[in-house]
Amino acid sequence: MCVYPCTPLCPPVPSSCYPSMMAALWTLFWALSVCLLGCAGLTPPQAHNLPPSVGSNSSSSSGGGGLHVDAPMALRVFSLDYHHVQAPFEIVLWIMLASLAKLGFHWSGRVPAVVPESCVLIMVGLLVGGVIYGVRHSAPPTLSADSFFLFLLPPIVLDAGYFLPGRLFFENLGTILWYAVLGTFWNVLGIGLSLYGVCLLAPSSLGDISLLHCLLFSSLIAAVDPVAVLSVFQEMQVNDQLHILVFGESLLNDAVTVVLYKLFESFLRLPSVSGLDVLLGMCRVVVVGLGGLFLGLFFGLVAALTSRFTSRAQVIAPLFVFLYSYLSYLTSEMLHLSGITAIVTCAVTMKQYVEANVSERSNTSIQYFLKMWSSVSETLIFIFLGVSTIQDVHMWSWPFVCSTLLLCLFWRTTGVLLLTSVVNKLRRNAVTFRDQFIIAYGGLRGAICFSLVFLIDDFPKKKLFITTTIVVILFTVFVQGMTIKPLVELLDVKRKKKALPTVSEEIHTRLIDHLMAGMEDVVGYWGQHFWKDKFEQFNKKYLRRFLIREDQQAHSILRVYQELERRGQRGDAEASSVVDPRPPSRPLLPEEMDSIRRILSRNLQNFNKKQTRAYSRHSLHQDVATNRARKPLHRHQSVGGRYTCNTTAPQEDDERLSDSLRGRAGLSRSHTVCTRSSRRTLSDSLASTESQTQSQPENPKPEGVDQTSSDQQHPVEKTPKKQLSFNLENENQQ
Amino acid sequence: MGSRASTLLREEEIEEIKKETGFSHSQITRLYSRFTSLDKGENGALSREDFQRIPELAINPLGDRIINAFFPDGEDQVNFRGFMRTLAHFRPVEDNEKNKNVSNTEPLNSRTNKLHFAFQLYDLDRDDKISRDELLQVLRMMVGVNISDEQLGSIADRTIQEADANGDGCISFTEFMKVLEKVDVEQKMSIRFLH
Repeated sequence: MCVYPCTPLCPPVPSSCYPSMMAALWTLFWALSVCLLGCAGLTPPQAHNLPPSVGSNSSSSSGGGGLHVDAPMALRVFSLDYHHVQAPFEIVLWIMLASLAKLGFHWSGRVPAVVPESCVLIMVGLLVGGVIYGVRHSAPPTLSADSFFLFLLPPIVLDAGYFLPGRLFFENLGTILWYAVLGTFWNVLGIGLSLYGVCLLAPSSLGDISLLHCLLFSSLIAAVDPVAVLSVFQEMQVNDQLHILVFGESLLNDAVTVVLYKLFESFLRLPSVSGLDVLLGMCRVVVVGLGGLFLGLFFGLVAALTSRFTSRAQVIAPLFVFLYSYLSYLTSEMLHLSGITAIVTCAVTMKQYVEANVSERSNTSIQYFLKMWSSVSETLIFIFLGVSTIQDVHMWSWPFVCSTLLLCLFWRTTGVLLLTSVVNKLRRNAVTFRDQFIIAYGGLRGAICFSLVFLIDDFPKKKLFITTTIVVILFTVFVQGMTIKPLVELLDVKRKKKALPTVSEEIHTRLIDHLMAGMEDVVGYWGQHFWKDKFEQFNKKYLRRFLIREDQQAHSILRVYQELERRGQRGDAEASSVVDPRPPSRPLLPEEMDSIRRILSRNLQNFNKKQTRAYSRHSLHQDVATNRARKPLHRHQSVGGRYTCNTTAPQEDDERLSDSLRGRAGLSRSHTVCTRSSRRTLSDSLASTESQTQSQPENPKPEGVDQTSSDQQHPVEKTPKKQLSFNLENENQQ
Repeated sequence: MGSRASTLLREEEIEEIKKETGFSHSQITRLYSRFTSLDKGENGALSREDFQRIPELAINPLGDRIINAFFPDGEDQVNFRGFMRTLAHFRPVEDNEKNKNVSNTEPLNSRTNKLHFAFQLYDLDRDDKISRDELLQVLRMMVGVNISDEQLGSIADRTIQEADANGDGCISFTEFMKVLEKVDVEQKMSIRFLH
């Protein structure tokens, strides 16, 4: 069974199954919608026609909740109590609806190529909302701001932060901050002031919108939304730099948005606004941003420290990741700091230490859960956006809405052009005009604006604001979202590099990195390489030693060593000769590439792990280090005793190392474990685990060796337990 | 005290360096002040010890080789001209330079010359080939002591295998350039010498 979620490409399915699967999916989908309708019908407004399908089966009002059976004194054999489970039931149904819609989207042939997922989900939401409205004649349930900010948004941002490509992000951090902070200011002020001008020009309909209201509105509408950007850009596969610029900006402008929004809101409540207040507002931006940052750092480090001690209770290790991140988010929301900044910083900080500390399976669990939760959240957000659009509260005004749309586009474009022309002088890698266009065009608005507009204090024109916000969101997501992909192809924007770098490229690029760091030292230029080196040294000297488990500090190297051993053996057996100094040229197997890359990335003082597809919702980034290493790679019996260990580990570390190795032998398959002391037993344990692999067609040897070694299993008492878990893992991998 | 005066930079020299390396006037003067600050012996030339006094360079795994790259063959001192000549390799390639080609020789900061500089970090014996041993040495310096010789050997073999087009077991400069053709070397190997 394939564990990995399907890639966006349709998996190979015989075409005969296709229509029936589609039919099954759609049936299920509509059945669910009907259920939802029923539930919607069940929850009173009273005195309305209950929908005939499900509602008639149950009574909604009686507390005991039984069927209306005309035998009052008899024992109720069958009863239905909907109220008991109403809240969780409805939530589950909504989530189920969302997920089925998502599934249906991916199975629906040509649609994913043309329409981004967010659009389809919004349309489904519109449909469902419309149906509910038609049935109940009142507004369907809307997305409350609280549930959005507290429950739906954090998983998405956490997922984004955890899989953020660190090196790329920090290399472009200056530019990203430039766009995020200054760009948002520019947009807010521009849109606000020009909207006020529009309001002045049409005093009849828009006369009662004051300047502050305009500024408040522009502060929430100007911000680029990370959820929308993520969902559209992930399908686009533009070059990494462009992606990180847009995406990083959307993440970091939260600080500015939040502050400005709250600022203008509090200004609205104040009798008058003085210059001092404005100045204080500026300070607040800094405080909010930095506060979120430090809070995130703090929680990240504490999480890393906690994960150091989870070796004895590995199952709950992933939980700590989520708990600490969520805690950082909630704490910063409590203090009115920027929650998004906090959670992103927390994720970025704790990632490398947690990954080193927890077991492979916990790592996988963390990654899968993150992807799953963020996926569900995102789907729910878009569906609710659609549903919430159907409301009674709309107020339309052509000049306001149209001018808002136009102004948003206009100010964003000019802002990007202006800022880029300044920042290009300071960057090594200039942002081209095409990239700039995509940055400007890719400024999508999403659910954050939507929730913020609901939080505005009531005033006469609030409904107008709500309507306008919805229109802008729908416009950006639909029009811009759908057309950006063809535009990218039309403009021939540089796309993502598909291939992973070769080993030579890696080595030579590392060499160049070191060279450049050295040159910068000679010149006395505190450039990027300089700071990177400094940070790496600090990291190695203090942080890693403090935050990473002791036996893990050697772990990666040993694992890599064993990988190479295995690879060497396989190369041996295939060539059926001693290791040839010039082995026959064959394309590198992925596992070998990974092991080499892992050696290099762990030992060459380098930040950059691998090219990870960090943004895809549908498949985990191919963290080949963990996943592929565990595929049944053993073609041949690994006889551990053949290779002597060259470790330079001191004698007293041996036992500790061998313990951890023994533990590892069960969990990860690619071992030729050898230590000086326990060479035989470990190799036997490995041999016995080999016996449990599914038979490989090219694997003639294991059976014979198994018999001889199985009786030698007994000295190793720790491994059998691990072998069991190893078995499960084995099956899962198939 | 007297020797200080002889190390002041003369205008003609600045002009010559400008022509040779392409640095601007202010960049040259700034780098000259850096040169003099490194030159503790105040004799107008840098020795290896002067370089080794730079703390971060001492920690750099390739520190020694980088230092060696400054010194032309066999010599122990490098004057300001040589210093600038080496640094010229890392000047960013400006767009307007790509088109005009005033002299016949390639500018020092062209892609080929940048790559050649990196190539020479490997190629100690200057035979225009990176042999397996030379590669192993550099790998060992970069990787540290935690990896066994065997593994390192395999990595080296892979590297040579990927690059070696004519099968001689060494990487020539052309093969080296081919391997790195997808890497944006002009951008990677540039330092922003502030104006």
